[in-house]
Amino acid sequence: MIRTLLRSAGALAVTGLASTAAFAQEAAEAAAAVPNPGNNAWMMTATVLVLLMILPGLALFYGGLTRSKNMLSTMTQIGATAALAMIVWVMWGFSLAFGSTSYEGTLGLFISGGSYFLSGMDASTTAATFTDEVISEYVFVSFQMTFAAITAALILGATAERMKFSAVMAFVPIWLTIVYFPIAHMVWAGGGLLFEDGALDFAGGTVVHINAGVSGLVLAYLLGKRRGYPAEPMPPHSLTMTMVGTGLLWVGWFGFNAGSALEADGFAGLAMINTFVATAAGALAWMVLERLAGHKGSALGFCSGVIAGLVAVTPAAGNSGPFGAILLGIASSAVCYFAVTKVKAKFGYDDSLDAFGIHGVGGIVGAIGTAIVYQPFLGGPGDGSTGVVEQLGIQTYGVLVTIAWAGLGTLIAAFIVKALIGLRVSEETEVDGLDISEHGERAYN
Amino acid sequence: MKFIIAVIKPFKLDEVREALGGIGVAGMTVSEVKGFGRQKGQTEIYRGAEYSTNMLPKVKLEIAASDDLAAQVVETIQTTAGTEAIGDGKIFVLDLASATRIRTGETGETAL
Repeated sequence: MIRTLLRSAGALAVTGLASTAAFAQEAAEAAAAVPNPGNNAWMMTATVLVLLMILPGLALFYGGLTRSKNMLSTMTQIGATAALAMIVWVMWGFSLAFGSTSYEGTLGLFISGGSYFLSGMDASTTAATFTDEVISEYVFVSFQMTFAAITAALILGATAERMKFSAVMAFVPIWLTIVYFPIAHMVWAGGGLLFEDGALDFAGGTVVHINAGVSGLVLAYLLGKRRGYPAEPMPPHSLTMTMVGTGLLWVGWFGFNAGSALEADGFAGLAMINTFVATAAGALAWMVLERLAGHKGSALGFCSGVIAGLVAVTPAAGNSGPFGAILLGIASSAVCYFAVTKVKAKFGYDDSLDAFGIHGVGGIVGAIGTAIVYQPFLGGPGDGSTGVVEQLGIQTYGVLVTIAWAGLGTLIAAFIVKALIGLRVSEETEVDGLDISEHGERAYN
Repeated sequence: MKFIIAVIKPFKLDEVREALGGIGVAGMTVSEVKGFGRQKGQTEIYRGAEYSTNMLPKVKLEIAASDDLAAQVVETIQTTAGTEAIGDGKIFVLDLASATRIRTGETGETAL
Protein backbone atom coordinates (compact mmCIF):
# COMPACT_ATOMS: atom_id res chain seq x y z
CA MET A 1 0.00 0.00 0.00
CA ILE A 2 2.69 2.37 1.02
CA ARG A 3 4.76 1.14 -1.83
CA THR A 4 2.00 2.07 -4.20
CA LEU A 5 1.54 5.39 -2.55
CA LEU A 6 5.19 6.23 -2.77
CA ARG A 7 5.49 5.26 -6.33
CA SER A 8 2.87 7.75 -6.98
CA ALA A 9 4.78 10.17 -4.91
CA GLY A 10 7.72 9.59 -7.04
CA ALA A 11 5.49 10.25 -9.74
CA LEU A 12 5.14 13.36 -8.40
CA ALA A 13 2.30 14.18 -9.15
CA VAL A 14 0.65 11.66 -10.22
CA THR A 15 0.13 14.39 -11.48
CA GLY A 16 0.49 12.85 -14.20
CA LEU A 17 -2.56 14.13 -15.36
CA ALA A 18 -2.08 11.58 -17.96
CA SER A 19 -3.07 8.72 -15.81
CA THR A 20 -4.59 10.61 -12.99
CA ALA A 21 -6.35 13.26 -14.90
CA ALA A 22 -8.48 10.69 -16.54
CA PHE A 23 -9.03 9.10 -13.21
CA ALA A 24 -9.74 12.45 -11.61
CA GLN A 25 -12.18 13.36 -14.31
CA GLU A 26 -14.08 10.14 -13.90
CA ALA A 27 -14.20 10.76 -10.21
CA ALA A 28 -15.28 14.31 -10.83
CA GLU A 29 -18.17 13.18 -12.96
CA ALA A 30 -19.23 10.80 -10.28
CA ALA A 31 -19.02 13.11 -7.31
CA ALA A 32 -17.58 16.43 -8.46
CA ALA A 33 -14.53 16.34 -6.23
CA VAL A 34 -13.91 19.59 -4.43
CA PRO A 35 -10.41 20.55 -3.37
CA ASN A 36 -9.78 20.51 0.33
CA PRO A 37 -8.94 24.14 1.14
CA GLY A 38 -6.23 23.01 3.55
CA ASN A 39 -4.40 21.07 0.86
CA ASN A 40 -4.90 23.82 -1.64
CA ALA A 41 -3.56 26.39 0.78
CA TRP A 42 -0.48 24.31 1.51
CA MET A 43 0.21 23.70 -2.17
CA MET A 44 -0.12 27.40 -2.99
CA THR A 45 2.30 28.14 -0.15
CA ALA A 46 4.69 25.45 -1.35
CA THR A 47 4.56 26.87 -4.85
CA VAL A 48 5.60 30.35 -3.81
CA LEU A 49 8.27 28.84 -1.55
CA VAL A 50 9.84 27.33 -4.66
CA LEU A 51 9.72 30.76 -6.29
CA LEU A 52 11.55 32.06 -3.22
CA MET A 53 14.26 29.50 -3.97
CA ILE A 54 14.80 30.99 -7.41
CA LEU A 55 14.42 34.70 -6.69
CA PRO A 56 16.05 35.73 -4.51
CA GLY A 57 17.49 32.42 -3.19
CA LEU A 58 19.41 30.97 -6.12
CA ALA A 59 20.16 34.44 -7.52
CA LEU A 60 21.91 35.46 -4.29
CA PHE A 61 23.56 32.06 -3.82
CA TYR A 62 25.07 32.01 -7.30
CA GLY A 63 25.55 35.79 -7.51
CA GLY A 64 27.67 35.89 -4.37
CA LEU A 65 29.93 33.17 -5.77
CA THR A 66 30.80 35.12 -8.90
CA ARG A 67 33.18 38.04 -9.22
CA SER A 68 31.56 41.42 -8.55
CA LYS A 69 31.64 42.37 -12.24
CA ASN A 70 29.32 39.44 -13.02
CA MET A 71 26.95 39.67 -10.08
CA LEU A 72 24.02 41.23 -11.93
CA SER A 73 24.54 39.12 -15.00
CA THR A 74 24.24 35.96 -12.93
CA MET A 75 21.16 37.18 -11.12
CA THR A 76 19.53 38.50 -14.28
CA GLN A 77 20.11 35.29 -16.17
CA ILE A 78 18.45 33.37 -13.34
CA GLY A 79 15.45 35.69 -13.16
CA ALA A 80 14.94 35.87 -16.91
CA THR A 81 15.38 32.11 -17.30
CA ALA A 82 12.73 31.46 -14.68
CA ALA A 83 10.36 33.95 -16.27
CA LEU A 84 10.83 32.41 -19.70
CA ALA A 85 10.35 28.90 -18.33
CA MET A 86 7.04 29.94 -16.77
CA ILE A 87 5.71 31.22 -20.08
CA VAL A 88 6.90 28.15 -21.97
CA TRP A 89 5.38 25.93 -19.29
CA VAL A 90 1.84 27.23 -19.73
CA MET A 91 2.10 27.16 -23.53
CA TRP A 92 3.39 23.64 -24.13
CA GLY A 93 5.53 22.50 -21.20
CA PHE A 94 2.74 21.22 -19.00
CA SER A 95 1.25 19.44 -22.00
CA LEU A 96 4.43 17.54 -22.84
CA ALA A 97 5.05 16.57 -19.22
CA PHE A 98 1.59 16.01 -17.76
CA GLY A 99 -0.92 16.87 -20.51
CA SER A 100 -4.38 15.35 -20.59
CA THR A 101 -3.73 13.21 -23.67
CA SER A 102 -1.79 9.99 -23.18
CA TYR A 103 -0.06 8.58 -26.20
CA GLU A 104 -0.10 4.87 -26.84
CA GLY A 105 3.12 2.96 -27.29
CA THR A 106 6.65 4.25 -27.20
CA LEU A 107 5.81 7.94 -27.54
CA GLY A 108 3.76 7.80 -24.36
CA LEU A 109 6.84 6.73 -22.41
CA PHE A 110 8.48 10.08 -23.13
CA ILE A 111 5.81 12.73 -23.51
CA SER A 112 2.11 13.39 -23.24
CA GLY A 113 -0.02 15.88 -25.17
CA GLY A 114 -3.22 17.92 -24.97
CA SER A 115 -3.86 20.79 -22.55
CA TYR A 116 -1.85 23.12 -24.79
CA PHE A 117 -2.12 26.70 -23.57
CA LEU A 118 -3.90 25.22 -20.54
CA SER A 119 -6.93 24.38 -22.67
CA GLY A 120 -9.72 22.66 -20.82
CA MET A 121 -8.79 24.15 -17.45
CA ASP A 122 -10.72 26.54 -15.31
CA ALA A 123 -11.04 27.37 -11.64
CA SER A 124 -13.18 24.32 -10.98
CA THR A 125 -10.96 21.65 -12.55
CA THR A 126 -8.82 19.52 -10.28
CA ALA A 127 -5.72 17.36 -10.26
CA ALA A 128 -5.42 14.13 -8.34
CA THR A 129 -3.13 13.64 -5.36
CA PHE A 130 -1.98 10.38 -3.84
CA THR A 131 -5.19 9.73 -1.97
CA ASP A 132 -8.80 10.40 -2.89
CA GLU A 133 -8.22 14.10 -2.34
CA VAL A 134 -7.82 16.56 -5.20
CA ILE A 135 -6.21 19.97 -5.52
CA SER A 136 -7.09 22.76 -7.90
CA GLU A 137 -5.57 22.11 -11.29
CA TYR A 138 -4.21 25.63 -11.60
CA VAL A 139 -2.37 25.11 -8.33
CA PHE A 140 -0.87 21.89 -9.60
CA VAL A 141 0.17 23.51 -12.87
CA SER A 142 1.78 26.40 -10.99
CA PHE A 143 3.59 24.09 -8.57
CA GLN A 144 5.10 22.07 -11.40
CA MET A 145 5.89 25.27 -13.28
CA THR A 146 8.27 26.38 -10.55
CA PHE A 147 10.19 23.09 -10.88
CA ALA A 148 10.79 23.67 -14.59
CA ALA A 149 11.86 27.23 -13.82
CA ILE A 150 14.39 26.38 -11.13
CA THR A 151 15.87 23.46 -13.04
CA ALA A 152 16.66 25.65 -16.03
CA ALA A 153 18.11 28.31 -13.71
CA LEU A 154 20.31 25.80 -11.86
CA ILE A 155 22.24 25.04 -15.05
CA LEU A 156 23.49 28.62 -15.15
CA GLY A 157 25.85 27.91 -12.27
CA ALA A 158 28.04 25.96 -14.67
CA THR A 159 28.05 28.64 -17.34
CA ALA A 160 28.36 31.76 -15.17
CA GLU A 161 30.61 34.64 -16.16
CA ARG A 162 30.97 33.77 -19.85
CA MET A 163 27.71 32.79 -21.58
CA LYS A 164 25.88 35.35 -23.71
CA PHE A 165 22.55 36.49 -22.31
CA SER A 166 20.95 36.01 -25.72
CA ALA A 167 22.36 32.50 -25.88
CA VAL A 168 20.85 31.70 -22.49
CA MET A 169 17.47 33.00 -23.63
CA ALA A 170 17.61 30.89 -26.79
CA PHE A 171 18.93 27.79 -25.06
CA VAL A 172 16.35 27.65 -22.29
CA PRO A 173 13.16 27.04 -24.33
CA ILE A 174 14.88 24.48 -26.56
CA TRP A 175 16.39 22.69 -23.60
CA LEU A 176 13.14 22.68 -21.67
CA THR A 177 11.32 21.22 -24.65
CA ILE A 178 13.70 18.43 -25.56
CA VAL A 179 15.22 17.69 -22.14
CA TYR A 180 13.21 18.83 -19.12
CA PHE A 181 9.63 18.11 -20.18
CA PRO A 182 10.36 14.57 -21.41
CA ILE A 183 12.37 13.73 -18.28
CA ALA A 184 9.63 15.10 -16.03
CA HIS A 185 7.14 12.95 -17.93
CA MET A 186 9.36 9.87 -17.77
CA VAL A 187 9.86 10.09 -14.02
CA TRP A 188 6.65 11.58 -12.68
CA ALA A 189 3.77 10.95 -15.05
CA GLY A 190 1.75 7.77 -15.18
CA GLY A 191 2.89 5.88 -18.29
CA GLY A 192 6.35 7.48 -18.14
CA LEU A 193 9.34 5.27 -18.82
CA LEU A 194 11.00 5.47 -15.40
CA PHE A 195 7.75 5.85 -13.46
CA GLU A 196 6.47 2.58 -14.79
CA ASP A 197 9.76 0.90 -13.87
CA GLY A 198 9.33 1.96 -10.25
CA ALA A 199 12.00 4.64 -10.05
CA LEU A 200 11.66 6.65 -6.84
CA ASP A 201 12.06 10.41 -7.16
CA PHE A 202 9.96 12.20 -4.59
CA ALA A 203 10.76 15.80 -5.41
CA GLY A 204 13.20 15.87 -8.28
CA GLY A 205 16.56 14.23 -7.62
CA THR A 206 16.76 13.04 -11.20
CA VAL A 207 14.35 15.43 -12.87
CA VAL A 208 15.84 18.55 -11.33
CA HIS A 209 19.32 17.98 -9.96
CA ILE A 210 20.96 15.29 -12.06
CA ASN A 211 19.31 16.82 -15.09
CA ALA A 212 20.53 20.36 -14.37
CA GLY A 213 23.97 19.22 -13.20
CA VAL A 214 24.72 17.08 -16.23
CA SER A 215 23.34 19.70 -18.61
CA GLY A 216 25.54 22.28 -16.92
CA LEU A 217 28.60 20.09 -17.26
CA VAL A 218 28.00 19.60 -20.98
CA LEU A 219 27.58 23.35 -21.46
CA ALA A 220 30.70 24.07 -19.41
CA TYR A 221 32.69 21.83 -21.74
CA LEU A 222 31.17 23.44 -24.83
CA LEU A 223 31.78 26.97 -23.57
CA GLY A 224 35.32 26.32 -22.44
CA LYS A 225 37.02 27.70 -19.36
CA ARG A 226 36.67 31.26 -18.22
CA ARG A 227 39.56 33.43 -19.31
CA GLY A 228 42.28 33.06 -16.71
CA TYR A 229 40.84 29.93 -15.09
CA PRO A 230 42.37 28.28 -13.13
CA ALA A 231 45.58 30.35 -12.95
CA GLU A 232 43.92 33.63 -12.01
CA PRO A 233 42.25 33.84 -8.59
CA MET A 234 38.46 34.00 -8.89
CA PRO A 235 37.27 33.92 -5.30
CA PRO A 236 33.59 34.56 -4.54
CA HIS A 237 32.93 38.29 -4.27
CA SER A 238 30.39 38.07 -1.45
CA LEU A 239 30.00 35.00 0.68
CA THR A 240 27.57 37.02 2.77
CA MET A 241 25.13 36.95 -0.12
CA THR A 242 25.86 33.31 -0.75
CA MET A 243 24.98 32.60 2.88
CA VAL A 244 21.72 34.58 2.59
CA GLY A 245 20.92 32.73 -0.63
CA THR A 246 21.67 29.41 1.05
CA GLY A 247 19.20 30.22 3.80
CA LEU A 248 16.51 31.14 1.31
CA LEU A 249 17.15 27.96 -0.64
CA TRP A 250 16.81 25.87 2.50
CA VAL A 251 13.53 27.58 3.43
CA GLY A 252 12.19 27.32 -0.11
CA TRP A 253 13.19 23.68 -0.33
CA PHE A 254 10.41 22.81 2.10
CA GLY A 255 8.00 23.86 -0.63
CA PHE A 256 9.95 21.77 -3.06
CA ASN A 257 10.09 18.62 -0.94
CA ALA A 258 7.12 18.78 1.40
CA GLY A 259 5.02 20.25 -1.40
CA SER A 260 5.71 17.19 -3.50
CA ALA A 261 3.40 15.23 -1.20
CA LEU A 262 0.66 17.27 -2.94
CA GLU A 263 -1.29 17.36 0.30
CA ALA A 264 -0.74 18.75 3.77
CA ASP A 265 -0.53 15.27 5.22
CA GLY A 266 1.89 13.04 7.08
CA PHE A 267 4.02 12.45 4.02
CA ALA A 268 4.50 16.19 3.74
CA GLY A 269 5.55 16.09 7.38
CA LEU A 270 7.99 13.27 6.67
CA ALA A 271 9.45 15.18 3.77
CA MET A 272 9.71 18.22 6.01
CA ILE A 273 11.65 16.57 8.82
CA ASN A 274 13.92 14.84 6.32
CA THR A 275 14.61 18.19 4.68
CA PHE A 276 15.66 19.56 8.06
CA VAL A 277 17.93 16.76 9.21
CA ALA A 278 19.58 15.67 5.96
CA THR A 279 20.56 19.28 5.35
CA ALA A 280 21.87 19.81 8.84
CA ALA A 281 23.94 16.63 8.55
CA GLY A 282 25.24 17.64 5.13
CA ALA A 283 26.30 21.08 6.35
CA LEU A 284 28.20 19.74 9.35
CA ALA A 285 29.74 16.89 7.40
CA TRP A 286 31.25 19.27 4.84
CA MET A 287 32.83 21.36 7.58
CA VAL A 288 34.21 18.26 9.31
CA LEU A 289 35.72 17.16 6.00
CA GLU A 290 37.41 20.53 5.67
CA ARG A 291 38.93 20.08 9.10
CA LEU A 292 40.05 16.55 8.28
CA ALA A 293 41.70 17.91 5.14
CA GLY A 294 43.69 20.29 7.34
CA HIS A 295 41.71 23.45 6.58
CA LYS A 296 39.35 25.66 8.56
CA GLY A 297 35.64 24.98 8.69
CA SER A 298 34.43 27.63 6.24
CA ALA A 299 31.23 29.54 5.52
CA LEU A 300 31.29 28.36 1.94
CA GLY A 301 31.82 24.84 3.23
CA PHE A 302 28.73 25.19 5.37
CA CYS A 303 26.71 26.53 2.41
CA SER A 304 28.02 23.81 0.12
CA GLY A 305 27.10 21.13 2.62
CA VAL A 306 23.61 22.58 2.99
CA ILE A 307 23.05 22.34 -0.75
CA ALA A 308 24.61 18.88 -0.96
CA GLY A 309 22.27 17.67 1.79
CA LEU A 310 19.22 19.31 0.24
CA VAL A 311 19.95 17.88 -3.18
CA ALA A 312 20.48 14.38 -1.86
CA VAL A 313 17.32 14.32 0.23
CA THR A 314 15.18 15.58 -2.64
CA PRO A 315 14.47 12.18 -4.21
CA ALA A 316 14.28 10.61 -0.75
CA ALA A 317 12.21 13.28 1.01
CA GLY A 318 9.10 11.11 1.32
CA ASN A 319 10.99 7.88 0.67
CA SER A 320 13.19 7.78 3.75
CA GLY A 321 13.05 7.91 7.50
CA PRO A 322 14.80 10.78 9.30
CA PHE A 323 17.88 8.75 10.15
CA GLY A 324 18.20 7.45 6.62
CA ALA A 325 18.03 11.08 5.54
CA ILE A 326 20.88 11.99 7.89
CA LEU A 327 23.03 9.24 6.39
CA LEU A 328 22.16 10.46 2.93
CA GLY A 329 23.12 14.04 3.79
CA ILE A 330 26.50 12.94 5.13
CA ALA A 331 27.20 10.69 2.15
CA SER A 332 26.24 13.40 -0.29
CA SER A 333 28.47 15.98 1.39
CA ALA A 334 31.42 13.62 1.29
CA VAL A 335 31.03 12.70 -2.36
CA CYS A 336 30.33 16.29 -3.46
CA TYR A 337 33.34 17.53 -1.47
CA PHE A 338 35.49 15.04 -3.32
CA ALA A 339 33.92 16.04 -6.65
CA VAL A 340 34.53 19.77 -6.31
CA THR A 341 37.96 19.64 -4.70
CA LYS A 342 39.54 16.72 -6.55
CA VAL A 343 37.58 15.58 -9.59
CA LYS A 344 37.04 19.06 -11.01
CA ALA A 345 40.72 19.89 -10.76
CA LYS A 346 41.72 16.57 -12.27
CA PHE A 347 39.51 16.85 -15.34
CA GLY A 348 39.97 20.59 -15.70
CA TYR A 349 36.41 21.55 -16.67
CA ASP A 350 35.27 24.98 -15.51
CA ASP A 351 32.00 24.29 -13.73
CA SER A 352 32.11 27.87 -12.41
CA LEU A 353 29.84 27.57 -9.38
CA ASP A 354 29.76 23.76 -9.11
CA ALA A 355 26.34 23.15 -10.62
CA PHE A 356 27.51 19.69 -11.62
CA GLY A 357 29.79 19.16 -8.64
CA ILE A 358 26.98 19.61 -6.15
CA HIS A 359 23.64 19.31 -7.96
CA GLY A 360 24.67 16.65 -10.45
CA VAL A 361 26.83 14.58 -8.13
CA GLY A 362 24.59 15.10 -5.08
CA GLY A 363 21.57 14.16 -7.18
CA ILE A 364 23.22 10.91 -8.23
CA VAL A 365 24.11 10.08 -4.61
CA GLY A 366 20.54 10.90 -3.55
CA ALA A 367 18.86 8.95 -6.33
CA ILE A 368 20.92 5.83 -5.76
CA GLY A 369 20.90 6.23 -1.99
CA THR A 370 17.10 6.44 -2.02
CA ALA A 371 17.05 2.73 -2.85
CA ILE A 372 18.73 2.05 0.48
CA VAL A 373 17.07 4.55 2.81
CA TYR A 374 13.66 3.58 1.42
CA GLN A 375 13.96 0.19 3.05
CA PRO A 376 12.22 -0.48 6.36
CA PHE A 377 15.42 -1.65 8.07
CA LEU A 378 16.67 1.94 7.92
CA GLY A 379 13.36 3.36 9.05
CA GLY A 380 12.22 4.08 5.52
CA PRO A 381 8.57 3.94 4.50
CA GLY A 382 9.05 1.05 2.04
CA ASP A 383 7.33 -2.24 2.84
CA GLY A 384 10.32 -4.28 1.75
CA SER A 385 8.50 -5.75 -1.22
CA THR A 386 11.23 -4.49 -3.51
CA GLY A 387 14.64 -5.58 -2.25
CA VAL A 388 17.58 -3.24 -1.86
CA VAL A 389 19.46 -4.73 -4.77
CA GLU A 390 16.48 -4.64 -7.07
CA GLN A 391 15.67 -1.05 -6.13
CA LEU A 392 19.33 -0.09 -6.53
CA GLY A 393 19.17 -1.45 -10.05
CA ILE A 394 16.03 0.54 -10.83
CA GLN A 395 17.47 3.73 -9.36
CA THR A 396 20.77 3.33 -11.19
CA TYR A 397 18.92 2.71 -14.42
CA GLY A 398 16.94 5.90 -13.84
CA VAL A 399 20.15 7.84 -13.19
CA LEU A 400 21.81 6.52 -16.35
CA VAL A 401 18.79 7.28 -18.52
CA THR A 402 18.66 10.81 -17.11
CA ILE A 403 22.38 11.39 -17.63
CA ALA A 404 22.19 10.15 -21.21
CA TRP A 405 19.05 12.11 -22.05
CA ALA A 406 20.26 15.33 -20.43
CA GLY A 407 23.73 15.02 -21.96
CA LEU A 408 22.54 14.35 -25.47
CA GLY A 409 19.67 16.82 -25.35
CA THR A 410 21.92 19.59 -24.05
CA LEU A 411 24.40 18.90 -26.84
CA ILE A 412 21.63 19.27 -29.43
CA ALA A 413 20.18 22.41 -27.85
CA ALA A 414 23.61 24.00 -27.45
CA PHE A 415 24.66 23.28 -31.03
CA ILE A 416 21.46 24.85 -32.32
CA VAL A 417 22.12 27.99 -30.27
CA LYS A 418 25.80 28.04 -31.21
CA ALA A 419 24.92 27.90 -34.89
CA LEU A 420 22.32 30.66 -34.55
CA ILE A 421 23.95 33.19 -32.24
CA GLY A 422 27.02 31.69 -30.59
CA LEU A 423 27.34 30.67 -26.97
CA ARG A 424 30.16 32.69 -25.54
CA VAL A 425 30.72 36.38 -25.06
CA SER A 426 33.70 38.14 -26.67
CA GLU A 427 36.97 38.35 -24.82
CA GLU A 428 36.48 42.06 -24.23
CA THR A 429 33.02 41.51 -22.76
CA GLU A 430 34.34 38.80 -20.49
CA VAL A 431 37.21 40.91 -19.17
CA ASP A 432 34.97 43.95 -18.63
CA GLY A 433 32.43 41.78 -16.87
CA LEU A 434 29.00 40.75 -18.10
CA ASP A 435 27.14 43.25 -15.93
CA ILE A 436 28.23 46.31 -17.82
CA SER A 437 28.76 44.63 -21.20
CA GLU A 438 25.56 42.58 -21.40
CA HIS A 439 23.15 44.60 -19.28
CA GLY A 440 24.58 48.13 -19.09
CA GLU A 441 24.45 48.16 -15.31
CA ARG A 442 26.80 47.67 -12.40
CA ALA A 443 25.96 45.71 -9.29
CA TYR A 444 27.88 48.15 -7.13
CA ASN A 445 28.52 51.82 -7.71
CA MET B 1 61.37 67.30 14.21
CA LYS B 2 60.85 63.74 13.08
CA PHE B 3 58.05 62.08 11.16
CA ILE B 4 57.49 58.54 12.33
CA ILE B 5 55.65 56.00 10.22
CA ALA B 6 54.86 52.73 11.93
CA VAL B 7 53.15 49.72 10.36
CA ILE B 8 51.77 47.44 13.05
CA LYS B 9 49.35 44.60 13.63
CA PRO B 10 45.79 45.94 13.81
CA PHE B 11 44.98 44.32 17.14
CA LYS B 12 47.82 46.25 18.78
CA LEU B 13 46.44 49.66 17.85
CA ASP B 14 44.65 50.47 21.11
CA GLU B 15 47.59 49.41 23.24
CA VAL B 16 50.03 51.49 21.20
CA ARG B 17 47.78 54.53 21.25
CA GLU B 18 47.45 54.36 24.99
CA ALA B 19 51.18 53.99 25.51
CA LEU B 20 51.96 56.88 23.17
CA GLY B 21 49.44 59.07 24.96
CA GLY B 22 51.25 58.21 28.17
CA ILE B 23 54.58 59.61 26.92
CA GLY B 24 53.03 62.84 25.64
CA VAL B 25 52.23 62.23 21.98
CA ALA B 26 49.45 64.73 21.21
CA GLY B 27 48.13 63.31 17.95
CA MET B 28 48.52 60.75 15.23
CA THR B 29 46.96 59.66 11.97
CA VAL B 30 45.85 56.05 11.59
CA SER B 31 45.06 54.25 8.34
CA GLU B 32 44.05 50.72 7.51
CA VAL B 33 46.54 49.47 4.95
CA LYS B 34 47.60 46.27 3.23
CA GLY B 35 51.07 45.08 2.48
CA PHE B 36 53.60 42.33 2.84
CA GLY B 37 57.02 41.76 4.29
CA ARG B 38 58.79 38.58 5.24
CA GLN B 39 55.49 37.13 6.31
CA LYS B 40 54.49 37.05 2.61
CA GLY B 41 50.74 36.57 2.96
CA GLN B 42 48.17 33.95 3.70
CA THR B 43 46.19 31.31 1.91
CA GLU B 44 42.45 31.42 1.37
CA ILE B 45 40.53 28.31 0.38
CA TYR B 46 37.20 28.38 -1.42
CA ARG B 47 35.61 24.98 -2.06
CA GLY B 48 39.01 23.36 -2.25
CA ALA B 49 40.57 25.97 -4.56
CA GLU B 50 43.51 27.69 -2.91
CA TYR B 51 44.25 31.35 -3.44
CA SER B 52 47.32 32.87 -1.88
CA THR B 53 46.69 36.43 -0.81
CA ASN B 54 50.00 38.23 -0.80
CA MET B 55 48.79 41.35 1.00
CA LEU B 56 48.00 41.30 4.69
CA PRO B 57 45.93 43.87 6.56
CA LYS B 58 47.93 46.20 8.81
CA VAL B 59 47.48 49.55 10.51
CA LYS B 60 49.73 52.47 9.61
CA LEU B 61 50.44 55.18 12.21
CA GLU B 62 51.83 58.56 11.23
CA ILE B 63 53.18 60.65 14.07
CA ALA B 64 55.04 63.94 14.03
CA ALA B 65 57.24 64.37 17.11
CA SER B 66 59.82 66.75 18.45
CA ASP B 67 63.44 65.61 18.25
CA ASP B 68 63.45 64.98 22.01
CA LEU B 69 60.41 62.76 21.93
CA ALA B 70 61.11 60.84 18.71
CA ALA B 71 63.39 58.16 20.13
CA GLN B 72 60.95 57.51 22.95
CA VAL B 73 58.09 57.17 20.50
CA VAL B 74 59.99 54.61 18.46
CA GLU B 75 60.89 52.63 21.56
CA THR B 76 57.35 52.74 22.90
CA ILE B 77 55.88 51.48 19.63
CA GLN B 78 58.53 48.81 19.37
CA THR B 79 57.82 47.46 22.83
CA THR B 80 54.03 47.71 22.83
CA ALA B 81 53.36 46.52 19.27
CA GLY B 82 55.71 43.56 19.46
CA THR B 83 54.42 40.01 19.84
CA GLU B 84 57.71 38.29 18.95
CA ALA B 85 55.90 36.66 16.06
CA ILE B 86 56.44 37.24 12.37
CA GLY B 87 54.47 40.15 10.92
CA ASP B 88 54.78 42.59 13.83
CA GLY B 89 55.61 45.41 11.39
CA LYS B 90 58.18 48.16 10.98
CA ILE B 91 58.91 51.70 12.12
CA PHE B 92 60.36 54.34 9.81
CA VAL B 93 61.74 57.70 10.98
CA LEU B 94 62.09 60.64 8.62
CA ASP B 95 63.31 64.17 9.10
CA LEU B 96 60.42 66.58 9.15
CA ALA B 97 61.07 69.93 7.48
CA SER B 98 58.12 71.87 8.84
CA ALA B 99 54.70 71.68 10.42
CA THR B 100 51.88 74.21 10.40
CA ARG B 101 48.67 74.22 12.43
CA ILE B 102 45.99 75.30 10.00
CA ARG B 103 43.74 77.01 12.54
CA THR B 104 46.33 79.32 14.07
CA GLY B 105 49.14 79.42 11.56
CA GLU B 106 51.67 78.33 14.22
CA THR B 107 54.70 76.56 12.76
CA GLY B 108 57.48 74.32 14.00
CA GLU B 109 57.29 72.27 17.22
CA THR B 110 54.54 74.46 18.65
CA ALA B 111 52.29 73.23 15.87
CA LEU B 112 52.66 69.59 16.88
